[in-house]
Amino acid sequence: MLAAMNILADAGGSFWMPPSSSSVAPEVDRLFYGILWTCTFFFFLVTILMLLFAWKYRYRPGYMPAEGPRHNTALELTWTFVPTVIVAVIFVYGFQRFMHMAIAPPDPYEIIVTAHMWGYNFTYPNQHLDDELHVPVDTPVQLVLNSVDVIHGFYIPTFRVKKDIVPGRYNKIWFAATRTGSFDLFCTQYCGEGHSTMRAKVIVQSLEDFKSWLAAASAMNLPPTEMGKYLFQTRGCNGCHTIDGTTLRAPTWKDLYGSTVSFQDGTSQVADENYLHEVIVHPNSKPMPGFDKIMPDMVGAGQLSEKDVNDLIAYIKTLSVHYHPSSLPSTAPSAQKAAAPK
Amino acid sequence: MSEAPRSQATNYLTHTRGFKSWALTLDHKRIGLLYMMFVLSAFLLAGIFAMLLRTFLLTPKPWMIADPEKAMRFYNNMFSLHGAMMVFMFMIPAIPAILGNFVLPMMLGAKDVAFPRLNLLSFYFYFVGAMFFTYVLLGGVLRAGFDLHIPGGMGLDTGWTFYTPYSTAKAESGVIPATLGAFILGFSSILTGVNFVTSIHTLRPKGMTWFRMPLFLWALYATSVIQILATPVLAITLLLLVAERTMHIGIFDPLLGGDPILYQHFFWFYSHPAVYIMILPAMGVISEVISVHSHKHIFGYNFIAYSSIALALLGFLVWGHHLFAAGQSNLANSIFSLLTFSVAIPSAVKVFNWLGTMYKGSIHFTTPMFFAMGFIMLFTIGGLTGLFLGALATDIHLHDTYFVVAHFHYVMMGSTLFAFLAGMYHWFPKMSGKMYSENPGRIAAVLIFIGFNLTFFPQFVMGAHGAPRRWATYPPEFQPYHVASTLGAYLMGIGLVTVGLNWLHGLLRGRAAPANPWGGNSLEWHTSSPPPYDNFAVEPVADDPYRMSNWEPDPTGEGWIPSKQPPELEPAEH
Repeated sequence: MLAAMNILADAGGSFWMPPSSSSVAPEVDRLFYGILWTCTFFFFLVTILMLLFAWKYRYRPGYMPAEGPRHNTALELTWTFVPTVIVAVIFVYGFQRFMHMAIAPPDPYEIIVTAHMWGYNFTYPNQHLDDELHVPVDTPVQLVLNSVDVIHGFYIPTFRVKKDIVPGRYNKIWFAATRTGSFDLFCTQYCGEGHSTMRAKVIVQSLEDFKSWLAAASAMNLPPTEMGKYLFQTRGCNGCHTIDGTTLRAPTWKDLYGSTVSFQDGTSQVADENYLHEVIVHPNSKPMPGFDKIMPDMVGAGQLSEKDVNDLIAYIKTLSVHYHPSSLPSTAPSAQKAAAPK
Repeated sequence: MSEAPRSQATNYLTHTRGFKSWALTLDHKRIGLLYMMFVLSAFLLAGIFAMLLRTFLLTPKPWMIADPEKAMRFYNNMFSLHGAMMVFMFMIPAIPAILGNFVLPMMLGAKDVAFPRLNLLSFYFYFVGAMFFTYVLLGGVLRAGFDLHIPGGMGLDTGWTFYTPYSTAKAESGVIPATLGAFILGFSSILTGVNFVTSIHTLRPKGMTWFRMPLFLWALYATSVIQILATPVLAITLLLLVAERTMHIGIFDPLLGGDPILYQHFFWFYSHPAVYIMILPAMGVISEVISVHSHKHIFGYNFIAYSSIALALLGFLVWGHHLFAAGQSNLANSIFSLLTFSVAIPSAVKVFNWLGTMYKGSIHFTTPMFFAMGFIMLFTIGGLTGLFLGALATDIHLHDTYFVVAHFHYVMMGSTLFAFLAGMYHWFPKMSGKMYSENPGRIAAVLIFIGFNLTFFPQFVMGAHGAPRRWATYPPEFQPYHVASTLGAYLMGIGLVTVGLNWLHGLLRGRAAPANPWGGNSLEWHTSSPPPYDNFAVEPVADDPYRMSNWEPDPTGEGWIPSKQPPELEPAEH
């Protein structure tokens, strides 16, 4: 019965804390509750004394208070010294547990996290790049964090871990998940319009499940247009571009290929393969009226290879009414016709 | 001791008339009232947007504006406006510029501050900066939310922190004009600080040694030192930000070889001490209010005075705790954590000393005392929850969540606002010459107290459960906390409107105030209410400002009159 209740509490979290699902979380929670009880004690001490004095020494007709004390050095030194000791103890616990959280065990499994406005990509040791974070349970995992644009946050509440993702430097964070399941990953550093939509899931799997997921995901060998569609969905393109003709934060891809696009500087050109390649490789080089220059440099950041760019262009072409790939004629042209120009 | 004059032929409100006599006044009392008009307007505007923000957050997905992209832009402009205006236009000037300007020279028994012209200049810096800042920020909210385009109203969507490289490289909003607005407001703050420090050094009257100053003056002195030392750093940082955004000089943007974390160090080197610019004057007000309304000598004067100075100095050493999750080295994190805990001690000392002051007092449950008691409870919660954030292991989990939002609102709003209201009620009779009605004031204090806790306590729980701050949308499991918070905000709004009406009623219909309605012994109670233009008919001699036995209730009416046989002046202890 008690065990069942523990599991229930563990799964649902408590009044104050979300469920704990990493090796460091129980330590953090113990410190949290330690401080909480200290705070509760002092809050009630102060409040009760205040209300007690307020009532006992309230002004009423005929009440003439004796001249009260103006200071009491021993008492005042006591209430300087006691809080000093208490905060020193809290500091030491906070420091020790922080060092456990800050220093990864030797040889962790390493995943590279690349944040952009507004999403995350994860590169696994075999170079597979995905928009889902899968990790094996009970295994120390170290994440190397970097950003292609502005500062983002990396926060998994149930793991009690958090770090900013700062462009231009690599921050690291590690954890060992203790339960399988799917957990929230939030951006905690304000990063513009889509900040609150910058969420992802951490999927904690058994070691076998993780290995088979990674093998299957890496083995993906799609034709170019299918791969382009997959990249559209996983590299954050769909955060700003649409494929249905509606406008989000960037021009829609529907009917883009082959259309004439005009730019903020007044020039225009036909959106052909060269144009598409140029604006993917050099984002914001040809801004269109009505759009902000917010596209990240995904090629420069190693998030898109040259082949990926080609696959994306292939996919974008299929979305356009201006694209008419002719299938080969069903019958071979006659020899005479072919020879005619001679 | 001189008999307090009971009435005066003219007072500072009536001795000259006309627009020019106010707009060009050098009288510290009138300048205080000018500040009051604009600071309260800023509070009203930023408060209305706080209500709108809370209303916006009633549902997990935006409901006020259908287009999600537009809704998020609206939210981002609103929270930036709320934060930036509350910080730069309300919290920083509220107590020093309104109450400080009005009371400080009188507490010194002086006719004015040391540099009256500089004081007026400081007000005009505030006025110009505030108008500019409001125009830019409000323009952005109107454009994002209501499709109203005003020229130049570019708005701000970076939050009040202007973090790089978002602010320098990405934000399309009016970062530059907003920054310049904050820059101008900073000068107002610096000039007021210089004026107060000089006044306290040079204008103290006969008999007022440093350790016989009212504690409000110690608090204002400590605040002024921070304003003078820290605000220039903000000014430099904001100029660098503008240079980075316009000229791409490569100091903060990593693409240009800069370091965005350097910006955070610069910013918080000002903005953490700025927290003490906001809370120290509040503590000073509370020391006055509790002592006077308990009719009891302040308990542990020296400890309170020293703790103000300690907070001002230690406040400069803890900025790094804002960077615990930014990737600062473990060593830096540990040192800043240790230093952060040091500020807990002077804060705790003050709370215990206020309780010691109430002990064996004769406590009058006036409106200022209601607010002061609310302050003690809310400041205790605000201060204690700082322990979770100072401790590294728990901070990592709570950093940038609603827990932090709740913590600083308990300190900034629960404490500074309550102290400001306590002070405004405490000196209302002196400023206006009228008495307000106690019962509506008490009811307002209770409404604001309940509303405040309903608003911000759920945010502690929500934050501990992992809800990030500055989110326009949120997962549905956080909705109950948001709904409670919003209802609390409405209740608080009702309480604050009650305060406003109570003041208006007092101004228009209040009874004439006696010179000393509460029996306080600091020098501003030794002159009539409202005071004459040059403050004192007879130059006062300072006594211990907390010797309440100098006064006895007026048997013929309201207020307190000098005791028939005042005890002999004691020599100053220091």
